[in-house]
Amino acid sequence: MASEVHADGESLALREQFDTAAQQKDASTLGMWIFLITEVMFFGGMFLAYTVYRRTYPEIFAIASSSLNVYIGAANTVVLLCSSFTMVMAVRAAQLGRTKGIVLFLILTLLLGGVFLGVKAYEWNEKFQEHHIPGPSFHLEGLAPDQQGHAQLFFSLYFAMTGLHALHMVIGAGLLGVLIWQARRGRFSAEYMTPVDLTGLYWHFVDIIWIFLFPLLYLIDRHLK
Amino acid sequence: MITAAVQEREHYLNQSYGIKSWLLTKDHKRIGLLYLFTVTLFFFLGGAFATMIRIELLTPTGNFVSSETYNKLFTMHGVAMVFFFLIPSIPATLGNFFLPMMIGARDLAFPRINLLSWYLLVIGGAFSLFAMLAGGVDTGWTFYTPYSTTYSNTWVIATALGIFIAGFSSILTGLNFIVTVHRMRAPGMTWMRMPLFVWSTYATSLIQVLGTPVLAVTIVLLFCERVFHIGIFDPNLGGDPVLFQHLFWFYSHPAVYIMVLPAMGIISEVVSVFSRKPPFGYIFIAYASMAIAVLGFLVWGHHLFVATQSVYAGLVFSFLSYFVAIPSAIKVFNWTATLYKGSISFATPMLYAFGFIGLFTIGGLTGLFVAALGFDVHVTDTYFVVAHFHYIMVGGTIMAYLAGLHYWWPKMTGRMYPEGWARLSALVIFLGFNLTFFPQFILGYLGMPRRYHVYPDEFQVLHVLSTAGASVLAVGYLMPMIYFVWSLRYGKIAGANPWGATGLEWKTASPPPLHNFDEMPVVTHEAYDYSTVIGEEVQVG
Repeated sequence: MASEVHADGESLALREQFDTAAQQKDASTLGMWIFLITEVMFFGGMFLAYTVYRRTYPEIFAIASSSLNVYIGAANTVVLLCSSFTMVMAVRAAQLGRTKGIVLFLILTLLLGGVFLGVKAYEWNEKFQEHHIPGPSFHLEGLAPDQQGHAQLFFSLYFAMTGLHALHMVIGAGLLGVLIWQARRGRFSAEYMTPVDLTGLYWHFVDIIWIFLFPLLYLIDRHLK
Repeated sequence: MITAAVQEREHYLNQSYGIKSWLLTKDHKRIGLLYLFTVTLFFFLGGAFATMIRIELLTPTGNFVSSETYNKLFTMHGVAMVFFFLIPSIPATLGNFFLPMMIGARDLAFPRINLLSWYLLVIGGAFSLFAMLAGGVDTGWTFYTPYSTTYSNTWVIATALGIFIAGFSSILTGLNFIVTVHRMRAPGMTWMRMPLFVWSTYATSLIQVLGTPVLAVTIVLLFCERVFHIGIFDPNLGGDPVLFQHLFWFYSHPAVYIMVLPAMGIISEVVSVFSRKPPFGYIFIAYASMAIAVLGFLVWGHHLFVATQSVYAGLVFSFLSYFVAIPSAIKVFNWTATLYKGSISFATPMLYAFGFIGLFTIGGLTGLFVAALGFDVHVTDTYFVVAHFHYIMVGGTIMAYLAGLHYWWPKMTGRMYPEGWARLSALVIFLGFNLTFFPQFILGYLGMPRRYHVYPDEFQVLHVLSTAGASVLAVGYLMPMIYFVWSLRYGKIAGANPWGATGLEWKTASPPPLHNFDEMPVVTHEAYDYSTVIGEEVQVG
């Protein structure tokens, strides 16, 4: 019974341009890796801008960076790392063909991703209240008027980078939702699990972006009081 | 009798009919034709802007359009031509159609993504077209800050959004090609047996995949700066407008190689076929493509010689720019050496290829001029630079694109184009091109700045020559447009291999069946082994 389902699923899933399922899986995986490389280049532009301005205004960037709440940032990092772990477990469950396991771990991943975004939204909201949003009413305490613009640059980059990261999380959450729906309908098996695998790659990539963002934005030159 | 047999055979064009069978097709050949149609539209749109520019420049005073309109004209000419014609032209039309066939695949690795990338180009094009119709944009195709972010009150965002979306079309095409070349080659099609067009398209795809995302993020930052004034390119807040130029040229210089590498691939094919000799130094041409793709990423700074870049950085970028000329020169020498003792036929694709070699050589050599620091300071932002890059983009890419279109037209449509008219068009375009752009070298050297429509009287003679040339050029471009359409109905029926070429795409019928090959090809010899096609001579009308 089970073998019938996946044998059928496989023949449905093999597209006509490919000769074998292995070739198709290979091609999809390579495609995903190349896509991730384009994502590295995409984020790279912002990392470059950050590096340039961090080097130009090191002291002011350190002061601006200290106004971020490092404990919340660290907690959120842990949440995201846990979501990567549950994602790995989902891929493992898919490799073993355990549909219930896939659904369970994907839901956990989705929940942890949701927690991360919720905390991020809380942090952004704090910035609004503290007048740390770039714009006419921007003000960071303890800086001379001519330094406010440089501090604002830090927050511009902070919002651009964490915003872009959050957008990728939202897209990832959407992908997880589709996967959960498909997994519940028994779409995946030990033989055909490429979408779970590839979404896993994407999820880990978004995680790794945060692993770079967290020290850059929260930790460099910071002295815990 | 043969005619009847050809008409009854099923192929990709008569497999299904109706608008839906085209708009929802996943066949790379049909998608290639969709691209052909789209980029042709943008080519003539960009051409219309160019026409108005040349008409305005007939007289030293601004009497045809206002300064504001003139700024919009050259901007929209650049945007339409660069982002919506040149970049998608060869890879997305001829590459889409022939890359899978040349490596013996049934289709690209991701046919649905392939269709998606056409839609992205159309949507991006629609945004930019909307911006043009709504009032245009006047920043120049380079969108330099702070003018584009703070001062310009034209449709910057809509145009940039169109380019952003079209960029993803380019990224997805590149991704699709890379995976296809890696995973879809027919049995026996080793890397060193791949046709050179495949090599050069592969190298192009690498640039598309690595470079275009940087343009995308640059546009995102431009958008944030213009809409929210976040300060990233604004000196008032400590931002650096030149950072925009670095990011922009990090993509847009390699983008020149997105335009010219596939063109070089076509020339490698055509020169070999019409000399009936394997390309001289196949390996060198293949690796030169890869070298250009890599080195092309290291030269962007030569666009910033006068933009506050340090002299040290200028020296390094100048040196690297000289360096990238080496693989380009290798190709030119190898094409020339391929001709030596070849059995040369002056068929239309070959005439266009000769045009390419001559014009690309001039464009490349003047590239060395402007890569030299001292000379570049003299000619920065003059017509010398305009002439230089038009020799590469128009003299190079469009000549090769037309060479490729003529070369593969019989395969795509099953019909021959009229040889006499086609040869004439190659001649008219070559003459018209030189008459248009050679005077611009002199203009620039004498000090005529680009992007001005009012100029001193002594420049008028050269401007009139250039405009006269543009008229000849326009006639030259309209000719293929007319006889290609004519040939669809009245052209001679083409055989499977009218040129006696060796590529896999010629081993199947013209036009090809839906899945390209009736039985999967197995490759047993090198790409250009003409002993396998003895007896199939080049048939020229």
